[in-house]
Amino acid sequence: MSGTANANRLVRWIDQRLPVFTLLAHATTDYPTPKNLNYWWNFGSLALFMLVVMVLTGIFLAMNYTPNAALAFTSVEHIMRDVNQGWLLRYLHMNGASMFFFVVYVHMFRGLYYGSSKSPREILWWLGLIIFITMMATAFMGYVLPWGQMSFWAATVITNLFSAIPWIGNDITTWLWGGFAVGNPTLNRFFALHYLLPFVILGVVVLHLWALHTVKSNNPLGIDPKGPQDTIPFHPYYTVKDLFGVGVMLIVYMFFVFYAPNYFGEPDNYIPANPLVTPNHIVPEWYFLPFYAMLRSIPNKLLGVIVLFGSLIILFFLPWLDTSKVRSGRFRPAFKIFFWLFVADGCWLGWIGAQFPTESLVVQGRIATAYYYLFFLVVLPLLGWFETPRTLPSSISAPVLPRGGAAAMEKA
Amino acid sequence: METRIRRSARAAFLALAAFALASPALAQEEEVKLAPQDWTFTGILGQYEPAQLKRGFQVYREVCSACHAMKLLAYRNLAEIGLSDDEIKAAAAEKQVTDGPNDQGDMFQRPARPSDQFVSPFPNDQAARAANNGALPPDLSLIVKARHGGPDYVYAILTGFVDAPKDFKLPQGMYYNTAFPGHAIGMPPPLTADRVTYADGTKATLEQEAHDAVTFLNWAAEPELNVRHNLGLKVLIFTIVLTALFYGLKRSVWSDVHH
Ligand code: HEC
Ligand code: HEM
Repeated sequence: MSGTANANRLVRWIDQRLPVFTLLAHATTDYPTPKNLNYWWNFGSLALFMLVVMVLTGIFLAMNYTPNAALAFTSVEHIMRDVNQGWLLRYLHMNGASMFFFVVYVHMFRGLYYGSSKSPREILWWLGLIIFITMMATAFMGYVLPWGQMSFWAATVITNLFSAIPWIGNDITTWLWGGFAVGNPTLNRFFALHYLLPFVILGVVVLHLWALHTVKSNNPLGIDPKGPQDTIPFHPYYTVKDLFGVGVMLIVYMFFVFYAPNYFGEPDNYIPANPLVTPNHIVPEWYFLPFYAMLRSIPNKLLGVIVLFGSLIILFFLPWLDTSKVRSGRFRPAFKIFFWLFVADGCWLGWIGAQFPTESLVVQGRIATAYYYLFFLVVLPLLGWFETPRTLPSSISAPVLPRGGAAAMEKA
Repeated sequence: METRIRRSARAAFLALAAFALASPALAQEEEVKLAPQDWTFTGILGQYEPAQLKRGFQVYREVCSACHAMKLLAYRNLAEIGLSDDEIKAAAAEKQVTDGPNDQGDMFQRPARPSDQFVSPFPNDQAARAANNGALPPDLSLIVKARHGGPDYVYAILTGFVDAPKDFKLPQGMYYNTAFPGHAIGMPPPLTADRVTYADGTKATLEQEAHDAVTFLNWAAEPELNVRHNLGLKVLIFTIVLTALFYGLKRSVWSDVHH
């Protein structure tokens, strides 16, 4: 009970009956963290911060929102115009979703680059993926709630994907819709689920952190701490560093909320949903664009859906697809190149997803999709065999301590 | 081995880049270049100009309201652009609304009140189409946010009526507009010089009227803009200072760690 050894009597009284203070101390002051984490390690706490922001703003939006096909659009405009600071709540929530996805994407690429999915962190990685996929479902259903043109047509396009399933596809879609087209029952269930799923995410985040505290943080060198000289307590070191990160993110976030609140949005969503008028260019939110591009680049519907969902499922196998014994990309010269190509490929897919599909774009989409799959199925497994990694430092402290470090760096 | 991988990776990257550049950006739909206008409300310090909002409302009231609804506004909202209570009452009372039922159980007509929504010119979409050659005049409450290009686009529509080029087949009852997608629009040119007479003496050129109307429409779509821009500046300054303090704190806490 290190956390409460010299605490006051009330704290001790509570702690002996419900050890919350011990738990807190265990997770902060006692939690040893590698001392060499760089700023890419800030993004996990940023994601947690955004989740809290989304839940808080969402609850207050829900108090003023009406999930009814005839009223939803005006109820959102009622929030924008008549609810005190309603516009602020909505813009925080809308742009918050973009910030949330941005930090989570960076967080995931960080994991990929530094080999954070490898043993013993496989379950930690899976829990992260479950959070990511649940977030996608949550954001998709949230986007339907304002019931604008893009809401309606995005819901139609995405739910239609399930009709590609052989035999039972059409029944599943009808069941999802609660009718024979996207309509009021769809809106109602999406609202119920949009309210529920963030709390599911919250639960998985707790598991994610539990797994993290069991296997401890990876670090930019990808080698395990050799002893206390390699670690520092999470609190106060990383709590202040995380606070600073939150500040930087807030500057960006607030800029969008106050000065470009509709930058990530589509103008069409300010037109009320109309089942009789199809917008001439249906685009999802930016964070879905890479996956949308994959879907559209495959001519066969079922195959397109398989490729789309496969691109997510494949991520679960990353711990074994990346066969290199070395975790950190810092010591893997060839991996580095393919990694950055992969990042570029993701951006390229995103760009393709935003364009009006032409023949040349479909071809580009296929090449980019092929690289996505090749990267995981061919490049990563083979690199583990063919690549000669640079020499790893002997410990985390080695490269940072004045003399021993210099020697280690020269060797590497 | 390493250099071979590096070389092939570089080749692959160049091939991908060449491909990306070769493809025509944003093909299909023909893009109309919008001339960016000077708006008082854009930029970090941007605010609406009250006199301009009033002129813009005058244009809407005397011209656009014959065809276009603005259902998301109520007459009382006009207080925000500086109309007095009496002016608001007068603007509302120009229109009739159906109310009821009364004690006898009958619906009745009465003049609109400040608490009523802007009264629509047509009872329903079908009536609106019937009166406009089949074209539906959209509700203007959110029009500025509902179009790519926002205020510049709406301005370009209002000032974009010209004679159709000779080789252009203009359908019966349509008008040629440089900004409208496809160029054939169902709206007759709504504004001309001196279409309105401004109470404040401003010269009513076509450009002035369009500029004023769009500013009013932007206010209708984003009535919170003045407050948002003001608050935003404070919030940004606050977050920047806070972040600087956090950075200082981080430096001092970390000063004993070698890294
Ligand atoms: C005589 C009736 C009439 C008047 C008066 C009128 N409009 Fe229109 N307006 C229309 C019709 C009809 C359309 C639909 C055109 C179409 O879709 O082809 C339209 C469309 C529009 C559009 C949408 C263009 C688009 O991108 O879809 C805007 C913006 C607009 N009007 C603004 C105005 C403004 C501002 C005024 C007042 C200065 C005004 N209109 C006055 C009939 C009118
Ligand atoms: C994982 C966290 C969440 C994500 C990623 C998310 C995402 C979104 C998105 C993208 C929208 C559409 C915004 C727009 O275009 O207007 C939205 C709307 C909405 N969300 Fe969420 N949300 C989250 C959590 C919540 C929670 C916890 C609640 C309620 C308890 C909530 C309630 C609402 C409501 C009422 C709307 C409709 C109002 C509006 O359109 O602004 N959200 N959400």
